[in-house]
Amino acid sequence: MSVIQIQSLTKYYGKTLALDDVDLTVEDGEVFGFIGPNGAGKTTTLRILLGLLRKNAGHVSVLGADPWRDAVALHRRLAYVPGDVSLWPNLSGGEVIDLLGRLRGGFDQSRRDELVERFKFDPTKPCRTYSTGNRQKVALIAAFVSDVELFILDEPTLGLDPLMEAVFRDCVTEVKQAGKTVLLSSHILAEVEALCDRISIINEGAIVESGTLAELRHLTRISVSVETAHPVTGLNELPGVHNIRVDGARAHFTVDAGSINRVMEHLTPFDVRALTSAPPTLEDLFLHHYELQTGESAR
Amino acid sequence: MKVGEFSGTGVLIRLILRRDRLLLPIWIAVPPLFVILVASAFVSLYPTAASQQTIAAQIVNGPGLVALLGPVSAPTIGGLAAWRSGIFAAVIVAGANALTVIRHTRTDEETGRYELLGSGAVGRRAPLSASLVVTLGADLAIAALVTVGLVAFGLPVAGSVALGLSFAAVGWTFAAIAGVAAQLAESAGVARGIAAAIFVLFYVLRAVGDANEQSGQSWLSWMSPLGWMRLVEPFASERWGVFALFFGAVIVLIAMAYALSSRRDVGAGILRPRLGPARASPRLRSPLALAWRLHRRTMLAWAAMFAIYGVMVGYLAKTTADLLAANPQLANLFAHFGGASAYTDALFTLSLTFLGWIAAAYAITATLRLQSEEVERRVDHVLATAVSRLRWATSDLTLMVIGSAVVLAAFGLSAGLTYGLSAGNVGYELPRIVVATLAYLPAVWVLGGIAMAFYGIIPRFALLSWGVLGAFIGLEIVGETLQVSQSILDISPFAHVPAVLVSGVSVMPLVSLALVALALIIAGLIGFQCRSIG
Repeated sequence: MSVIQIQSLTKYYGKTLALDDVDLTVEDGEVFGFIGPNGAGKTTTLRILLGLLRKNAGHVSVLGADPWRDAVALHRRLAYVPGDVSLWPNLSGGEVIDLLGRLRGGFDQSRRDELVERFKFDPTKPCRTYSTGNRQKVALIAAFVSDVELFILDEPTLGLDPLMEAVFRDCVTEVKQAGKTVLLSSHILAEVEALCDRISIINEGAIVESGTLAELRHLTRISVSVETAHPVTGLNELPGVHNIRVDGARAHFTVDAGSINRVMEHLTPFDVRALTSAPPTLEDLFLHHYELQTGESAR
Repeated sequence: MKVGEFSGTGVLIRLILRRDRLLLPIWIAVPPLFVILVASAFVSLYPTAASQQTIAAQIVNGPGLVALLGPVSAPTIGGLAAWRSGIFAAVIVAGANALTVIRHTRTDEETGRYELLGSGAVGRRAPLSASLVVTLGADLAIAALVTVGLVAFGLPVAGSVALGLSFAAVGWTFAAIAGVAAQLAESAGVARGIAAAIFVLFYVLRAVGDANEQSGQSWLSWMSPLGWMRLVEPFASERWGVFALFFGAVIVLIAMAYALSSRRDVGAGILRPRLGPARASPRLRSPLALAWRLHRRTMLAWAAMFAIYGVMVGYLAKTTADLLAANPQLANLFAHFGGASAYTDALFTLSLTFLGWIAAAYAITATLRLQSEEVERRVDHVLATAVSRLRWATSDLTLMVIGSAVVLAAFGLSAGLTYGLSAGNVGYELPRIVVATLAYLPAVWVLGGIAMAFYGIIPRFALLSWGVLGAFIGLEIVGETLQVSQSILDISPFAHVPAVLVSGVSVMPLVSLALVALALIIAGLIGFQCRSIG
């Protein structure tokens, strides 16, 4: 059974189109990555799934229920971490964790103590004194203490340091092993690659790519900049090399992960002086998509 | 002190002017407009010198009014206008100055906006300096407008200048007090609380000092900037020397604020916040319990203020009654108005009018907590759990309804007890004063209902609730002095509150007001159920 089903979802803010005919399905027991740049419509989609926002058109079902109509019954079965965590300034972090856990319908005390320990969190401070990362911890602990079927996480690692990000990844892996479903929105490709079974990419309110990591293999191309003694030639004859730009002694291109060895062999005779490589940023991907779209419509 | 600590002040001044481009002109314009309105009302009510003498004598001989508003410096239009507008202008000017300074210093630090500025070429003293320059300048503009307005109205120049400057001086004092408070407290809320408590303290000092001037306690008024304000005696002796007190206080306070600001870290205060509990108490398990946690401090602070005001009014009523008993001639004068008891009843009724407005402000604040929870996205946490919108909103509304009753009861009880005990007839006075106070409750709820209707249906305009309250107060003040059709005055819920002490309880208007409040709340709740959050 699909845990989340979204069909032709459309949402306007006044006259601005925020979501344009979005389709998305999250299956039971999977970790689903929802990625896109800032303002793409991730948070809007999640808040519709929680019944906080009204949709203009389309069909939405969460755990078989209508999130607008059956909000209360549904919310007993899910936990949510908002993107921009704002807390009550005069409550302590520990109080907020307990309160939210109780409002959701109860939680396991020992699980709470364990999470407070793992996230190295001081629950006694008033919330106004917490940094962004610590506010994020409050929301994460409050979510993971609950024994629910679905976790909806909106950019949950914002402000966490690398150590805490690792703890977060462990938590997601644990709930996945326990058979729960996770919808993870993010703009950090590496995080999504490490955790998610399937991915949807949203840009400007529309889904531009969907599939498993294997299906989206071409998204994991590595971009390479190389400086050589002699100008590089013949790159375009190599399989798996794309977007070639040669500029005198410098060459820039992207290469499929499987073809990197062949490319290295090809480059060595030109006497490599310097070489940098990096996975493509989301911006590169969207730029790429944007170019494709405008190219097609121009034709 | 290095020059670099002030760098960027000019840029910050322009930033404040840009952010407050709507608020600033409003609070600059209100005091001058009010003074001119009051002066013109007195001209139409008491056109002759003889009638001005009579009313001034009546006011001065009733210590209740003297305590509430101060003595009349001169039995002329200028003196009467200065008397009637002084305290009101002080509330507006002191409040606006303190809120502006705190908003552009501590609030910016608390929300982290200051980090953005502080990382640029902005000295650590620049935000305080910029907010002081803007407020001090705005106060000068008020002084200038009051002077020009009153001189154009035909009042003496020296008195007009003295009155305008006294408004400005109170403003400066509270800008400087807020500057200190903003250094002490780590949160803007606590800083505002400190400034408000100091205002109340100064008001009480002045009230007790002014009321007991004959018995030689006027030194109390000299302890309070609100006392200095009337000790300037505009339109009478114009004691310019009093301004030296203001200047001295302002300079000392500003020096204190700067000294404190260089002893602390950005974001920290001098008063350290306490740690909270690591676990929530077992009672913190419902939206109502959360609402109580968020409301309780404000509610108790308001109740305490109302109780202090009650003690003061009760005490004044007793003093008045004594004075009338000791002075048969004066008692004869008041016999024309229905005797001594009628005079104390009239004093209570007048105090209750102010109280109703302030309690309505409480109801609006309590209701609009819903909006700030939504704007700051905290409601998302709660509504994403098994809590329905209706349950969340009604929790806060429950506390608005109960809280309004609590603050009004605090006044009624303390005023009734103080007056009843000192006059020796608690059994008679306490219940009727409490009932007279609680008669304002349905009207206060109507304002809460208006705020809820705005918030539920058109949340963008929720702050208009304050405009509606302002309009109702305006109707009351104008209706008191000018000829306005009763059907227009009846728009205000306060117009329907029975004056219990004067004319007894009437149930129908109370029930109708409560029903109006309920209808407004239900309309707001229906709107809230149907709309998007955030």
